[in-house]
Amino acid sequence: MSEVLWAIGRTSGIVSLILFTASIVLGILTRRGRPLPGLPRFGVVMVHRSVSLLAAVFLVLHVVTLLGDSYAKLNLVDVIVPFLGSFQPFWQGLGTVAFDLVLAVIITSLLRHRIGDRAFRFVHWFVYALWPVAVLHSIGNGTDGSSPGFVLLVAACSIAVVSAVIWRFSARSTPPPTAGRPSSDPRLVQNRPGRSAR
Amino acid sequence: MSAREQAPAARLHIDWTRCDARGSCIELLAGRLVADEWGYPSAPGMNAAEQSDVPLRADELDAGRDAVELCPRLALTLRAPRS
Ligand code: HEM
Ligand code: SF4
Repeated sequence: MSEVLWAIGRTSGIVSLILFTASIVLGILTRRGRPLPGLPRFGVVMVHRSVSLLAAVFLVLHVVTLLGDSYAKLNLVDVIVPFLGSFQPFWQGLGTVAFDLVLAVIITSLLRHRIGDRAFRFVHWFVYALWPVAVLHSIGNGTDGSSPGFVLLVAACSIAVVSAVIWRFSARSTPPPTAGRPSSDPRLVQNRPGRSAR
Repeated sequence: MSAREQAPAARLHIDWTRCDARGSCIELLAGRLVADEWGYPSAPGMNAAEQSDVPLRADELDAGRDAVELCPRLALTLRAPRS
């Protein structure tokens, strides 16, 4: 039984790493207001949300199954408070830090309309810390952190995130005009407050 | 048929201090909004006040709610129609 849980725990950890990678890339696409081939802009927003929530579900599965693991000997305190674990406390603690950050990001995202844009965006910045912390945790703590397959996966995920982040912070911060007719009446444009680009 | 011929069901308020021209509302309300040359939503045929409080017909309400829900910058709100 413990073997099965351990297998589920490992697999769900890997799946959530892949999903969090996708979630970062989709979040950056949301930020830049870019559609994907076959997926309009509002679709990117929806898929970003769904993939993030799915990643969190797999993360919870990952943690819950390893609660029963005889090696990790996790208890409920280790799930929330980092660096107290008995098995590889440092690497495991990084996992706990990432888990706490995910909880904060998910909760503030779901309450976005209630807590407002500022609080939401402030907490959302932590996703850029969360991802590397989670990757270090997976390398340091994972049973096969150095197996070729896993190294390849981490390399692929890192390339995806690093290139997305470079794109996020490079070039201009405003997305290009959406395809569509420009408004024909120039008076309307002049009456528009809050526009910075001229 | 334009929103003016039929009593509008709601107004879509756009907070220009928040909007960052991400364009998802323009896709969702394709019949009502178009992108201006900078990518900001614009409502053709509407007067200046209605550019920030776009009247929506009853059949546009669902799309309007989606737009409010999905706006990445929380720039949109639905308000009661002007009476
Ligand atoms: C832990 C999971 C999540 C991760 C890793 C993640 C990642 C990201 C990233 C990297 C960005 C770009 C931020 C920037 O550079 O400004 C972003 C933006 C965004 N995310 Fe997430 N996200 C997560 C969960 C969610 C959820 C659950 C929602 C649900 C509504 C959400 C909604 C958004 C929105 C609306 C933006 C655009 C913000 C803006 O452009 O101002 N995210 N996300
Ligand atoms: S979805 Fe929001 S940010 Fe994007 S254009 Fe519409 S109002 Fe502006």
